[in-house]
Amino acid sequence: MSADDVGGPRQPMLRVRQLVKHFPLKGQWGRGAGTVCAVDGIDFEVLKGETLGVVGESGCGKSTTARLLMHLIERTGGEIDFDGRTVGGRGLTLKDFRRQVQMVFQDSYSSLNPRLTIEDSVAFGPQVHGVEARTSVSRARELLARVGLEPRRFAERYPHELSGGQRQRVNIARALALQPRLIILDEAVSALDKSVEAQVLNLLLDLKEEFGLTYLFISHDLNVVRYISDRVMVMYLGQVVEIGASEEIFVAPKHPYTKALLASMPSMDPDRRTQEAPLAGDPPNPIDPPPGCRFHTRCKFAEPVCITRVPTLAGDGHAVACLMHEPGSGHSRAAGAAA
Amino acid sequence: MSPTPDDPLVLVRDLRVTFTGGRAPVQAVSGVDLTVHRGEAVALIGESGSGKSVTLRALLRLHSPKRTVMEGTIRVVGQDVLALGGRALADYRGKVASMIFQEPLLALDPVYTVGKQIVESILRHENVSATDARKRALQLFERVRIPSPERRLDAYPHEMSGGMRQRAMIALALACNPQVLLADEPTTALDATVQIQILLLLRELQRELGLAIVFVTHDIGAAIEVADRIAVMYAGRIVEEGPARTLIRAPRHPYTLALLQSRAHGALAKGSRLQTIGGSPPDLAHLPQGCAFAERCRFAADACLATQPPALELAPGHQARCLRTEATAAAANAVTAMA
Repeated sequence: MSADDVGGPRQPMLRVRQLVKHFPLKGQWGRGAGTVCAVDGIDFEVLKGETLGVVGESGCGKSTTARLLMHLIERTGGEIDFDGRTVGGRGLTLKDFRRQVQMVFQDSYSSLNPRLTIEDSVAFGPQVHGVEARTSVSRARELLARVGLEPRRFAERYPHELSGGQRQRVNIARALALQPRLIILDEAVSALDKSVEAQVLNLLLDLKEEFGLTYLFISHDLNVVRYISDRVMVMYLGQVVEIGASEEIFVAPKHPYTKALLASMPSMDPDRRTQEAPLAGDPPNPIDPPPGCRFHTRCKFAEPVCITRVPTLAGDGHAVACLMHEPGSGHSRAAGAAA
Repeated sequence: MSPTPDDPLVLVRDLRVTFTGGRAPVQAVSGVDLTVHRGEAVALIGESGSGKSVTLRALLRLHSPKRTVMEGTIRVVGQDVLALGGRALADYRGKVASMIFQEPLLALDPVYTVGKQIVESILRHENVSATDARKRALQLFERVRIPSPERRLDAYPHEMSGGMRQRAMIALALACNPQVLLADEPTTALDATVQIQILLLLRELQRELGLAIVFVTHDIGAAIEVADRIAVMYAGRIVEEGPARTLIRAPRHPYTLALLQSRAHGALAKGSRLQTIGGSPPDLAHLPQGCAFAERCRFAADACLATQPPALELAPGHQARCLRTEATAAAANAVTAMA
């Protein structure tokens, strides 16, 4: 148990309520040209010690959510509580929060300073937080060894002298240097080759056990998300459409979008190749998203009520935002519909 | 001698590509044999640096002649590709074989409308009027199922969504009725629900137009969806090649088996670790004398380090460059028996 823990194991690590991020677009002659609704009122919790997977297509707001959680960009609205305390409020300064929450990005090269040796990169964070230089460097070497980079061979190297997989190990070591409790992994293995990806995933699982970490794992690769996550959150155009235990989402998905997303995964059986694409067209633009249920433009079960009524995310444990699962919503497939 | 209908459309023999621009010459491709018939789709799979894209680009002679040495034979539709020069090479590109790339936004010209680029390509290769060329462009847009094709012809690449741009690039590639379509990771940059649409479109074009398709990907799933045959590349050589079904169900090269086993997939138990391939690929500037995979191979014997294993015919159309195929067979069977 970390010394930073205040609320005990039952209190969620992270509680997000009605989180909103709108990016205003600049039009010509200083006029506004609309708004990108990147994240539009999402609620979720990350429990202590779990891995929450986040999936969705480009423009669904998964990376914006990560950046909002890290306070890298300012939110338009909503609340983020970390272990029961508001970030920046009483008891938890932003600096203190950032020590406990770290992030690993997709591009392993651009997220490292090219002018620092990797040892210095890993030692940099602790020094900012008041750790003596000598101590932080020796700790950095321990961490490099832990992520599989022999310090005597690698510590003095610069990022461009490493392969993509090795650089991502450095990024993981750097995230660990501050002894965080929550690590946000934003497509952290997506740019790696499959065999390297497997090595990094194994490393992430080992580190999680060893240090009692909590992960928020963002990826577009559904196989990887299923493998690593305890719970999965599915996003579509800035909203959460379904959230629940990983196996429930993958074995018994409820939302038509989740179903289509899973059915779009290429088949691994040459005798059972996909015969028909589950969805037509691309995801709509998050500028001026469709009214009502945002998925209605691509949903084969859409009815007029889906255009006018906004579904709410409801359900204990396995929650879904779809009018077909909302009793009395007026959708012909919903419970309580007139026969 | 004119080619007969049974001749393969693509015939590559002992292709060697060496890049001489750096300090030491890099042997990106060292002895690739590849045969593709009319109406057949072959996928080249492998990790970064395996030579799959270099092989593909060699088929269209896209490597800089100043910094590249190409040896061996490439015959495409009866033409000796390595001997083509100037005008003949320009005629060959697009008319006999054409290519679609991973990132259509980079491959298409941003300052011309997509329709204009297709018309230009047709006028360059064929003696038709601009009106007829435009008519053909419209048909192509319908062929690749771009909605409201008339309007989209006048769109600039940036005005289209990712999936639409990839369709437009396929239309451009097909503008002069080539017999061979080369695809370099055509769906890697796309979202899951769009990727499957493009894969199905390629399969349909292969079937209906009788195209020979050479498809480069690092995603085994995408290869299975499109390809009749799969060739696995490692360190500039095809280490195993066979019908997709055989290769997935009964791999005989240890690298193929390792690739299949390192994938995260649904059947894995929670918390179990993925199988990984230790070490890293060899330096292409200093290739070992023996099998390039031997250093990382769990079945490697002394003989593997001494000589380059020849291609061994295991069944009609199924070959592996390995001295220990029986060891891989036993390991692959053990896995199947467990499942």
